[in-house]
Amino acid sequence: MTDDQKELRTLTYRDAIREAIHEAMQKDARVFLMGEDVGRYGGCFAVSKRLLEAFGPERIRDTPLSESGFVGAGIGAALGGMRPIVEIMTVNFSLLAAVQIINNAAVYLYMSGGQFNVPIVIRMATGGGRQLAAQHSRSLEGWYAHIPGIKVVSPATLEDARGMLWTALQDPDPVLIFENAGLYNMEGTLAGDAGAVDIDKAHVQRAGKDITIITYSANLYKSLEAAEILAKQGIDAEVIDLRTLRPLDDQTFLASVAKTHRALIVDEGWRSGSISAEISARIMEGAFYELDLPVERLCSVEAPMPYAKHMEDAVLPQVDKIVALVRKMVGANG
Amino acid sequence: MPRKKIDLPGQIDHLSILDEDGKLDESLDPGLPDELLIKLYEAMVLGREFDRRMLNLQRQGRIGTFPPITGQEAAHLGAAAVLQADDWMVPSFRETAAELWRGRSMESVLMAFNGFNEGFHVEEGRNDLPNSVPVGSQVLHAVGIAWAMKYRKEKRVAMAFFGDGATSQGDVHEAFNFAGVFQVPAIFVCQNNQWAISIPRSQQTRSKTIAQKALAYGIEGIQVDGNDILAVYAAAAEAAERARNGDGPTLIECVTYRLMMHTTADDPKRYRTEEEVESWQKKDPIHRFQSYLKEKGIIDEDGIADVEASVKDRIQEAVDTAEKQMAETPDPLHMFAHVYDTMPPHLEAQREQLAQWRNNTGEEE
Repeated sequence: MTDDQKELRTLTYRDAIREAIHEAMQKDARVFLMGEDVGRYGGCFAVSKRLLEAFGPERIRDTPLSESGFVGAGIGAALGGMRPIVEIMTVNFSLLAAVQIINNAAVYLYMSGGQFNVPIVIRMATGGGRQLAAQHSRSLEGWYAHIPGIKVVSPATLEDARGMLWTALQDPDPVLIFENAGLYNMEGTLAGDAGAVDIDKAHVQRAGKDITIITYSANLYKSLEAAEILAKQGIDAEVIDLRTLRPLDDQTFLASVAKTHRALIVDEGWRSGSISAEISARIMEGAFYELDLPVERLCSVEAPMPYAKHMEDAVLPQVDKIVALVRKMVGANG
Repeated sequence: MPRKKIDLPGQIDHLSILDEDGKLDESLDPGLPDELLIKLYEAMVLGREFDRRMLNLQRQGRIGTFPPITGQEAAHLGAAAVLQADDWMVPSFRETAAELWRGRSMESVLMAFNGFNEGFHVEEGRNDLPNSVPVGSQVLHAVGIAWAMKYRKEKRVAMAFFGDGATSQGDVHEAFNFAGVFQVPAIFVCQNNQWAISIPRSQQTRSKTIAQKALAYGIEGIQVDGNDILAVYAAAAEAAERARNGDGPTLIECVTYRLMMHTTADDPKRYRTEEEVESWQKKDPIHRFQSYLKEKGIIDEDGIADVEASVKDRIQEAVDTAEKQMAETPDPLHMFAHVYDTMPPHLEAQREQLAQWRNNTGEEE
């Protein structure tokens, strides 16, 4: 290993994903990127900036504005031997491609008796908090995590933004990558030789003994911030980043709950019928007798996302709400 | 700034080579060799007889619901017959004669329509996708496959099948649009059989033809008499050549008729008249092709009887083999095997739970 490779670099979450795409395209001629505005425009969130210049229009494909079209064509290309990375601008528009994702990609292997798999990777931005109103602020990753046959990952860290894509491309199953749009500008450091990471294990991001906070994606940072505030108040929270929502790594959070005896789930999705409900159920099934008190959930308010900033803030999980809930759960006064 | 007409390429051809009585338009004869003509005839008869047999099996409860092809043999077989082995065929679910032509076994069809995923297994060397049920969604897969072939600079084509009902689906239009924009080597073969379950063609679109939709996407389109196998073959051969030469996709509308029910779960008497069905029986694709071959002197009554007898033998053999295979009911636990490439822990747990339950209730052997 050279010193260059070891050296930490400063970059954004967006840069990390771009590097991952760049590297995948270099390593494998079957990989190509397609979606709306991914070429000349460099991607709606500037993730694919300058990739068109590097790889040309055959591999960085600007498509007509039709989500089902490019997801369906991506499935076909995957069946035909390619390794497509399909970018859907945001999860909100993925609804237009729901038949292709859920009724085709997710069941192809099963319905062909194990013969045809669809090695497609579909990336999309998700989440609210940017004043884009009800139709552009959804967090539907938990909803996709309901579907057998696909894998659903949600990188929160730079390491995962950099490393999950290659692993997803190697995976024979269809993989959906959810990138919370609020993370694209997040800056941090990454090792020069950062590369592929697993996509099947949750990570303990902060060790603690008093309570387990289970979360993923952008809420990881709200949870970590809350944990720091709580630490100053003498409450030691363990924070788990799920990383992958399907298949769910329940062993990691069950082990944590067995240690802390308290669990709070922080999820930007809606509460009813959500991934938080699934996690809560698994804790009940797998760690019921470890619990000192019922599992709590902090989710988005179950209303369409408001446009106004102060209302949007009120809908989403926030640091102060996490702190207050944890304090209540551990029986802290005041 | 006057208001004036825009110059658009506005014409669509209709192609018919064999008329209803099997009389050939010599100026349009694609000149297929006799052996191929006989092979096509045998394949059409096989498709028809297999349909008949499957209907009996279904009525006896020996297979499940299936979509009969009777009346549409020429419309799909004629198109698939122009494909090379390494081209891709992307079927819908009513192209059985074409699938058998491509090498699909009758056993596999029987198993598929009796609920066995094994029946969707595509044999080695057959470059086809399995049947697709979500209407129209498979047409985009053909575009993606064609795209991949173009990217690799291969001179291969991808041929997609769909019905008139599917042309009202967004996915089909998105496929036409993509294929046009990227000029991929795709062939879109519409089986316009006049009925999407109970919705007639006239209620599917206000367009005079389905073929004309190609004009809007800047791709080639043609309407053919779908009960005329020579016309279907000629149009498909032209489309394949265009695609291989890098000149883009083609939409072929095969005007045909679904003589039977949508699927065996349907009763078409509820929505269409006997007169209409009878008028299409007169246009039967096999009957006219047979007349043509007799006229041409390459088959006689004995030959026709031989084809029928040998086809029936093959079908009987396939039914026997398939029923033997299906009698060995696969272990229900097999359902967990192909949800993912590698079984994740939660599925292993669910598999274990089901195995346990079956053990306890004595269902395990």
